[in-house]
Amino acid sequence: MPIVTFSDPFLDPFREMERLQRRMSRLFEESFGPGLAPWRPGVYPLVNISEDQDNLYVRAELPGIKSEALEITVHEGNLILRGERQIPTEEKQVNYHRRERESGFFRRVIRLPMPVNPDKVEASYKDGILTVKMAKPEEAKPRQIQVKAE
Amino acid sequence: MAEEKELKVRVKEEAPAKAERVRPGRVFLPAVDIFETPEAITLVADMPGVPPDKVTVDVRDNHLVISGEIGPTMGAKETMVLQEYYTGDFQREFHLGAIIDQAGIQATMKEGVLRLLLPKVAKARPRKIEVKVA
Repeated sequence: MPIVTFSDPFLDPFREMERLQRRMSRLFEESFGPGLAPWRPGVYPLVNISEDQDNLYVRAELPGIKSEALEITVHEGNLILRGERQIPTEEKQVNYHRRERESGFFRRVIRLPMPVNPDKVEASYKDGILTVKMAKPEEAKPRQIQVKAE
Repeated sequence: MAEEKELKVRVKEEAPAKAERVRPGRVFLPAVDIFETPEAITLVADMPGVPPDKVTVDVRDNHLVISGEIGPTMGAKETMVLQEYYTGDFQREFHLGAIIDQAGIQATMKEGVLRLLLPKVAKARPRKIEVKVA
């Protein structure tokens, strides 16, 4: 009579699944570098997009950027973020221990999930976070449908 | 134009968990610049989303801890459609190469960037530092 043990990978589907998952994530890490999932876009800045009933919001972490150095355009269903991050050089002769903050230009086009009214776009910048608020067009707003009783 | 450098995406690094936290959410390591002159050490840290009154700087002898709590990241009625970056608090610890004059420390927080001026001195006592609103 055969003795079934749960340590056998072919008889323990959960364990086998876990093993497969580990192998998959290792494969991704080898091809894209640690912590960088394959779906992640390679364009600065990274954005989070959220919505409520009336508006669409695009947010980006852009610490230490002058609001004058930001250029925001809405064009044919795309949001275009352009700007420059400047890190002023220290006047005196200084010795650096660490230099992790980077300066440079960025241009990113974000395809919006729905068309927006270009006249109703507001951008604000607070504590290093850029928020672009865009009004949804009337036809994209959720509408509750009344069910008629017959 | 002297040089035109394109900014590259850098995924925020999560801080190693040292103690169990009561506040929910993730903790990240802020990107920092640290430079030194004969008189002082200056530290500049990127902490986007942290309001000036939510920054704490703690110096004990030559051990420095900076931390910042982020404010609300989106409106109460919003739902996420696409998330490319995670949000969370910031914390990072440093061992400074010199003893700091506690009374002379200056901290400013502006546009999500903390700038700390740490003047050097021979002797130091433990003390908490107030962060000025820029």
